[in-house]
Amino acid sequence: MPEHTDKVFEADLQELKELILKMGSLVENMIARSIQALEKRDINMARDIISEDKQVDQLEMNIDDICLRILALHQPAAGDLRFVAVGMKISTDLERMGDLAVNICRQVVDLNKEGLSEHLPGQPVNLSELAKKSQDMVHAALDAFVARDVAKAKSICESDDEVDQLDYQNFDNLVKATEQNAQEARRNMRLIIISRQLERIADHATNVAEEVSFLVKGLDMRHGA
Amino acid sequence: MPVENSNTNLNKTIIKIEDFSFFYGNNQALFGINLNIPEREVTALIGPSGCGKSTLLRSINRMNDLVDEAKHTGKIILQDQDIHDPHLEVISLRKRVGMVFQKSNPFPKSIYENVVFGLRIAGKTNKSDLDEIVERSLKDAALWKEVKDRLKDNALGLSGGQMQRLCIARAIANQPEVLLMDEPCSALDPVATAKIESLIHELKKNYTIVIVTHNMQQASRVSDRTAFLYMGKLIEYDETEKLFTNPKEQQTEDYITGRFG
Repeated sequence: MPEHTDKVFEADLQELKELILKMGSLVENMIARSIQALEKRDINMARDIISEDKQVDQLEMNIDDICLRILALHQPAAGDLRFVAVGMKISTDLERMGDLAVNICRQVVDLNKEGLSEHLPGQPVNLSELAKKSQDMVHAALDAFVARDVAKAKSICESDDEVDQLDYQNFDNLVKATEQNAQEARRNMRLIIISRQLERIADHATNVAEEVSFLVKGLDMRHGA
Repeated sequence: MPVENSNTNLNKTIIKIEDFSFFYGNNQALFGINLNIPEREVTALIGPSGCGKSTLLRSINRMNDLVDEAKHTGKIILQDQDIHDPHLEVISLRKRVGMVFQKSNPFPKSIYENVVFGLRIAGKTNKSDLDEIVERSLKDAALWKEVKDRLKDNALGLSGGQMQRLCIARAIANQPEVLLMDEPCSALDPVATAKIESLIHELKKNYTIVIVTHNMQQASRVSDRTAFLYMGKLIEYDETEKLFTNPKEQQTEDYITGRFG
């Protein structure tokens, strides 16, 4: 796309893009490490991630500020208008993903307090596959945003059903396990919560992918549209 | 009763511009324009300086006839009538297609006489008829409340925004079908501009409006449809909301986002 005649406007749009990418990379990293913390039961890593959430919150506010500034001062139209509108929505989705990574880390800390230190494969639950799929979706959604790749965005939306299915299976298996051994109820509840956080992360990745489609083509893909 | 515009897709075409080209001597200003302007809607013509938007606007009531060596090809049809039909008197065309200019141009006469000027020339003299038209036109132009107690005052004593609304009142006193506006707010402050824009929203209940503006935010605020012209060609014509959020043509996108040349 050619540059703006108005250099200040161009610089503001560039700054917005850089902030979104910075926030995206931070959140993606938090999610990846929260999964590592879960798999390795690493509470120090979990605590580090919890403290990083402040940076994500700050970036969300910075992005909102710059979007409002662009709307007020430059009255964007067409592709620029869609970019600003999408910028505000993506930052909200990323902020929520950061919160969900924090929720996973809190469960990791609590699981350790309850003395659950063995590795996941022995559990009646398949968190690793779900975690990998959700993480891949976040990565792909941010890639689609950078490359303005609508085809990739569309394929992300399609993967969301698989993630929902895995979360549902986890829920089912963990309820059954609890029915068989009530002493594991607390732990299993925590694993259900973690599974749900991963499923929610994938939902937000799907939102980002839908926003990419709107950004590039002006097409609203939400809610089966 | 005037019809409210609830769905911009429903209104029928009042002006049909067909393969219209226009030349100032050897210089071609418009190239084969095709454009259907719907009734009782606001159509904005936008584009950079020299793109032909004012030429196109002024062609609709044949103001360009006044330019030496001007010629055209193609047709402009107003309600099934070719406006270049040799049997059509240009004066009667301009009664049907009124115009408001960039700089307000009231006559150095009273407010009242400004509104009835065209009617007097057309031979209307009945005072009560004229009084009624003055009141209706000034009300329609959202000026009545401000001037009703000083209709005999000289129009040149009004503010810039009031003068422009007086010119609108003068234009609609003849009850035209179409109102052409050539940058009607470019000399006005933001408050006077807002008043004219709100007036345009009211006027479209009764009149078809075609407006040329350099101010794209104004085009997006007041118009139902927008036509983007560039170097004498019509690049894109669509519902204003679509054109300003998701234009189909790259040239339109570049212009409305300020990435031009």
